[in-house]
Amino acid sequence: MLELRHRGGCPGPGGAVAPPPREGEAAGGDHETESTSDKETDIDDRYGDLDSRTDSDIPEIPPSSDRTPEILKKALSGLSSRWKNWWIRGILTLTMISLFFLIIYMGSFMLMLLVLGIQVKCFHEIITIGYRVYRSYDLPWFRTLSWYFLLCVNYFFYGETVADYFATFVQREEQLQFLIRYHRFISFALYLAGFCMFVLSLVKKHYRLQFYMFAWTHVTLLITVTQSHLVIQNLFEGMIWFLVPISSVICNDITAYLFGFFFGRTPLIKLSPKKTWEGFIGGFFSTVVFGFIAAYVLSKYQYFVCPVEYRSDVNSFVTECEPSELFRLQSYSLPPFLKAVLRRETVSLYPFQIHSIALSTFASLIGPFGGFFASGFKRAFKIKDFANTIPGHGGIMDRFDCQYLMATFVHVYITSFIRGPNPSKVLQQLLVLQPEQQLNIYKTLKSHLIEKGILQPTLKV
Amino acid sequence: MIAFFFVIIYLGPLVLMIIVMCVQIKCFHEIITIGYNVYHSYDLPWFRTLSWYFLLCVNYFFYGETVTDYFFTLVQREEPLRILSKYHRFISFTLYLTGFCMFVLSLVKKHYRLQFYMFGWTHVTLLIVVTQSHLVIHNLFEGMIWFIVPISCVICNDIMAYMFGFFFGRTPLIKLSPKKTWEGFIGGFFATVVFGLLLSYVMSGYRCFVCPVEYNNDTNSFTVDCEPSDLFRLQEYVIPGVIQSIIGWKIVRMYPFQIHSIALSTFASLIGPFGGFFASGFKRAFKIKDFANTIPGHGGIMDRFDCQYLMATFVNVYIASFIRGPNPSKLIQQFLTLRPDQQLHIFNTLKSHLTDKGMLTAAAEDE
Repeated sequence: MLELRHRGGCPGPGGAVAPPPREGEAAGGDHETESTSDKETDIDDRYGDLDSRTDSDIPEIPPSSDRTPEILKKALSGLSSRWKNWWIRGILTLTMISLFFLIIYMGSFMLMLLVLGIQVKCFHEIITIGYRVYRSYDLPWFRTLSWYFLLCVNYFFYGETVADYFATFVQREEQLQFLIRYHRFISFALYLAGFCMFVLSLVKKHYRLQFYMFAWTHVTLLITVTQSHLVIQNLFEGMIWFLVPISSVICNDITAYLFGFFFGRTPLIKLSPKKTWEGFIGGFFSTVVFGFIAAYVLSKYQYFVCPVEYRSDVNSFVTECEPSELFRLQSYSLPPFLKAVLRRETVSLYPFQIHSIALSTFASLIGPFGGFFASGFKRAFKIKDFANTIPGHGGIMDRFDCQYLMATFVHVYITSFIRGPNPSKVLQQLLVLQPEQQLNIYKTLKSHLIEKGILQPTLKV
Repeated sequence: MIAFFFVIIYLGPLVLMIIVMCVQIKCFHEIITIGYNVYHSYDLPWFRTLSWYFLLCVNYFFYGETVTDYFFTLVQREEPLRILSKYHRFISFTLYLTGFCMFVLSLVKKHYRLQFYMFGWTHVTLLIVVTQSHLVIHNLFEGMIWFIVPISCVICNDIMAYMFGFFFGRTPLIKLSPKKTWEGFIGGFFATVVFGLLLSYVMSGYRCFVCPVEYNNDTNSFTVDCEPSDLFRLQEYVIPGVIQSIIGWKIVRMYPFQIHSIALSTFASLIGPFGGFFASGFKRAFKIKDFANTIPGHGGIMDRFDCQYLMATFVNVYIASFIRGPNPSKLIQQFLTLRPDQQLHIFNTLKSHLTDKGMLTAAAEDE
């Protein structure tokens, strides 16, 4: 039977906080007697106290070890610690950006795998924080259940989205057809199995902890898994819909930091004392300009602009198509004041660049809120970084916290303003209907198309 | 309460929808109040407003999606409604974002953890309560029988398991709920299956239960009038040899729906109780006896509805997987938003498909 140690902090008004306990080690000797007498009471009672205490009573979680590679440490040993930190961050930033370019070069499939890998790592980081907060690392079954739920939700989402795009591939294989047709039912059954396992695993003294971890897992899934799947859906729409938003967010991060570093004076929000209004506004303008230029450069290449399709003959992803209206240069006449400034009558732009202004605006204005949310989260749970995966930068989540809302925004933007529903999905659903319904729809469609002049009424002899 | 239920069924689908909404709001309120009590966070600035605001947003999103699908003709007529429905997702997302930003701006230095807990609590509650209630309404639109039979099965299972346990109960079922017994569980299972069979037999006879709810443009109201589908027409089934010898009948006339009702009752009796155990564990974890005191003798609304959690989702998934395909009017709607070349492509594919199946002949083309 597990014995969870009494957490530091005597239940007294403003009592002294106990020394931060090391992970897995016993608390100080003077707490032993208290723990013994407390064995009688339910552990949940102690957590009842814990919930209502203010933040200052919560002991800090000790930072994990430094993971900077030795080689970097040696190279920078001469510099003072502030500049050393700057250099480490800078080098890692460049490394990450070049890795990003390499993966773009390798194609959309690799990007999908990358997104999936990041999702799993983010999930792992957040769940680990949950374990540390609740000291529930030894709870029976819980780690298994968290990973199991991650698997279920991923299975559900991949089935919904991937099946649409791989319709030709799927039609060939019998077993896949069965899986697709009853996909929702199978996913639901899998989830239910996890739910029942959770209920059966409730242990008398740890109910509250278990419910907390259950909720923690679900909220984490909501945040990380849905975002990553929307990212992949955006990717399938065309790599440019994936690249421009993500680069806008990264650019906003970097330029806001630079502007803040050189010109920063007025603090922006109490949550993040290092952010300044100058950084915010400077970042906004530079991100819009950057997005504009990046959109211009990328719109030329079919590789970025075309929706990703799976070709069954070649058995791989292809991005080859006739670029849509959005990606063809059009002439816009400038409003008068710009005319005077630039001394030109018209300018030829890709319509996509106008959309990119909207995307960049969102990235600079609302994206930071995702960052503040993550800062508040770190402050609430007294952690400095989400993890120590990337030296100098913290964990993966630290890099991706501003992206939270971006992926959802881009997805909603695309479905509302750019395209309608996916044609192959509509077709697939049509073929599943009852024959009478299909006939009805056929007649409705025919009359509609003839009305619009798309279909010429045939004359049969 | 049961009498009340019958009255409401009599009043029709619109009233049922409103009742479901009210139940949802009350459940949400109960769970959020528990959260406040647990965390002593009743005085946190903004938090009550934010919770209700999020409830409103999510409801707006779901209702918009449902209304757009089912009231397509009505929506097309009114200009403002059309715009709202076309940009529905964007509007809902903007509303949610506003709430999110308000939350971030409302973080107060000493109460970060509490606020994050309440934020998480609100979202999980929304996930449980609001999605379930909307799936219930979807089921309702499919035909009132899909709403009534599952809910009655769960209620019947509750009552039957209690009675069997009362009279014959000996072996405890699970440590979480010491009053439940294996005898109650199994007895409740068989009784519920039989009840489900009988109930669906009775209800399948009436059109008002069996037909999908539609909105009639001319009369501006909900109508339930249609040709009953195959599921609700009596068919003859040959009884397998084993039962033949017992009952002495060769064939039996049943509605196919009754076979589905066996699946629904089985789920209600076997998995539904897990929802109840989940709620018991929750109450034990947070040391509350009942969710609230709304109904004298029974506790809060949540106490009555805890077993229904999973039922609504199950019925919805069941219908989507086994009964019907996608909604035809929704498909037409999606079709109309596609580009002309895509429309033409789909039209031609459909045409060749129907011709292959022999549904479409050259003569029919001319009509």
